[in-house]
Amino acid sequence: MAGILVIGEIQDGAISAVSGELLAAAGKLVAEGVSGGVSLAVMGDDLSAIMAVQAPGADRVIRMSDPALKDEGTGGYDAPVLAVAALNESISPDIILFAKTDFGAVAGPRVAFKLGVAVAQDCIDVALDSETGRVAVTRPVFGGNALGIYDFNGDGTQVVTIRPGVFDPVEGEGSGTIEDFDVSDAVSRVRAVLVETIVQDSEGVRLEDADVIISGGRGLGGPAPFEQLQELADLLGGAVGASRAACDAGWVDHSYQIGLTGKSVKPTVYLSVGISGASQHMAGLSGARNIVAINKDDNANIFKSARFGVIGDWEKVLPAFTATVRDLAG
Amino acid sequence: MALRIAVCVKQVPDPETPASAFKVDESVNRIVPAPGIPPVVNGFDLHAVEAALRIKDAGDAEVIILAAGNDFVMDVMKKPLSMGADALVLAEDPIFEDIDAVGTVKVLAAMIEKTGPFDLILGGRQASDWDQAHVPLGLAEKLGLPSVTLARNVEPQDGVVRIERALTDGYQVVEAPIPAVVTVSNELGEARYPTLRGIMAASRKQPERLTLDELGLTANDLKPDLSLRRLFIPESESQVEIIEGEDEADAGRKLALRLRELNLI
Repeated sequence: MAGILVIGEIQDGAISAVSGELLAAAGKLVAEGVSGGVSLAVMGDDLSAIMAVQAPGADRVIRMSDPALKDEGTGGYDAPVLAVAALNESISPDIILFAKTDFGAVAGPRVAFKLGVAVAQDCIDVALDSETGRVAVTRPVFGGNALGIYDFNGDGTQVVTIRPGVFDPVEGEGSGTIEDFDVSDAVSRVRAVLVETIVQDSEGVRLEDADVIISGGRGLGGPAPFEQLQELADLLGGAVGASRAACDAGWVDHSYQIGLTGKSVKPTVYLSVGISGASQHMAGLSGARNIVAINKDDNANIFKSARFGVIGDWEKVLPAFTATVRDLAG
Repeated sequence: MALRIAVCVKQVPDPETPASAFKVDESVNRIVPAPGIPPVVNGFDLHAVEAALRIKDAGDAEVIILAAGNDFVMDVMKKPLSMGADALVLAEDPIFEDIDAVGTVKVLAAMIEKTGPFDLILGGRQASDWDQAHVPLGLAEKLGLPSVTLARNVEPQDGVVRIERALTDGYQVVEAPIPAVVTVSNELGEARYPTLRGIMAASRKQPERLTLDELGLTANDLKPDLSLRRLFIPESESQVEIIEGEDEADAGRKLALRLRELNLI
C-alpha cells in the first residue's frame, strides 16, 4: 500500500483547476515525506484528449473512460464511486484526495464508507505526522466558528476532501506517465439514475465569476430592496447575492445563496448590506478580496472580516452610495 | 400499504448562538454550552422531518425519528413528534460524545435494523456542529442502499423514489429504487411549526430507548478512526476602516469615493 491517489475532475473537456489544487496538497504531503508517488485519476466518457502534460505534479495520470462516467455519472454519483473503489483495489493508495465540490463532497465519503475507512471532509490543510506516519488535517467546524485538527488512527486508507480555493494549483507542465484503467465491469452496478437536469438561467454575471458582488441579508426586511441591490450591481457590472436567511425567507431564489451550503465566491469587492456575517455565511467568502459592510449594528460579525464599513441604516447609506457611483461613472 | 419512513436527526448546539457566546474548552476539545441557549434539533434534519410529513400528508406513511447522542433534552428531541411524526427512538450513551462518523453509522444502522424495515431513510444534508455531511452516505453504504443527496422534493412512486436534487443553479431529477437513503436540503422549504395539538400529543408519547448492548455493539466497535487532536477558535484581528460622515447618506457617499480612490470600483 503506497502513494497518494488524487481524484481529479474534468471541466469543459480539460482537467479542472481544482484538480491542480489537489495536486498541490498532494505535493505538500510528498515534501513532508509521503512516499509512493502521486497518481491523478480522471473520469469521463471520452478522455482521449487528456494528456499527462496537463497534470503538473502527478507522477502518473490514470484515465477511466466509460459512457456511465459522463458528467460525473450524475444522479447519485454511483458510477464514479464504483470506478474509484475498483481503482483503489488495484493500486491500494495510502491516501485518497477529493475536492469538496458538489461531486467530491458526496463521492469522497461514499468511497470511504465503501472501503470501511474514515473520511475527513472540507479540509483546509493536510500534514504528515512524522511520528505516526499518518495524516493530520485541519477543518472548519461549527459553521466556521472553530477549527479542528484531526488525526487518522489505525492503518486504513485515509480519505480527505479538500476545500476548493485553499491551495494554489501546481503550475507548469506535467511529465508523468499516462495509462487507462478499465472500469466497465465496476460501473455496471449503478442504481440511482438521472432523469433530467433543469438549469435555472440566471441573468447577467454568474456569482462565481463576478468581480463585484452586492449582497443582501435579513436586515433588508423583504424582497423589494433587492431591486436597489440589482441596480447597483448593474452599474458596477457585478452580480447580486444573498445570505441564506434572505433565501429561506423567499425574498430571492436559492441560486443567490452564498455561504457554507451555498456558493463560494471570489470577487474583488463584496458589498454586504444588512448581513450580520454569521460564520456559515463567511465560509463562502474565503476568496473575497475586499469585504465592505453596511450594517446598523456596530457589533455585527461582518465588521470583523470587513476591510471597509459604514455603521448605519442601509436605507439611507445605500442610495447615497449608488448615486455617487453613478456620478463617478459620469 | 403504508410506507415506513425513518428520519435520522441529531441534537446540536444552537447554530444561531452569537459568536460572542461561542466558547471552546481547549483542555477537553469540547464546545462549552452557551448559558441559557438550549440545544436544537439540527436545522436540515427538521427539513428531512418535513419531507417525511409531506409524504405522510399525501398518502399513508409511518414516520419514525431515530437519534443517537448524549445528554438529550427531551423538549428538544420531541419537536419532530410535535410536528407530526409517529414515534421517537433514542440511543443515548456518553460514549457517543467521542465517536466518529464511522461509529455513528454503525449505531444508526443497528437502530434501523432493530426498528426496520424502512422504505425510505431520510436525514439532513449536514449537521451544524461538525459540518461533515456524510453520515447518511455512510449509512447507505453500510446498509447496501442507494443514496441521493440535497433533496428539495422527495416523492415515492411505485417501487422508486423520485428526488429533485438541488444544484447551485437549478436541480436534477433523480430516481432510485426503494429502499433508499435521501438527504434533504433547505431548498425543500420551511419545516412546519408544531401545532398545539401536536405538542399535546407529543407530550404523551414516550421515546423508545435502545442501549448499546441491545444494539449488539461494544465500546471497542466504536473506537474512532478519525480523532480530534485540537479544537480552537481561530484568532481574527479586525482591520476594518469605518467610514464616517455628517450623516448616514454622507457616509455612503464617502464610502463610494474611498473605494474609487483605491480603484476598487
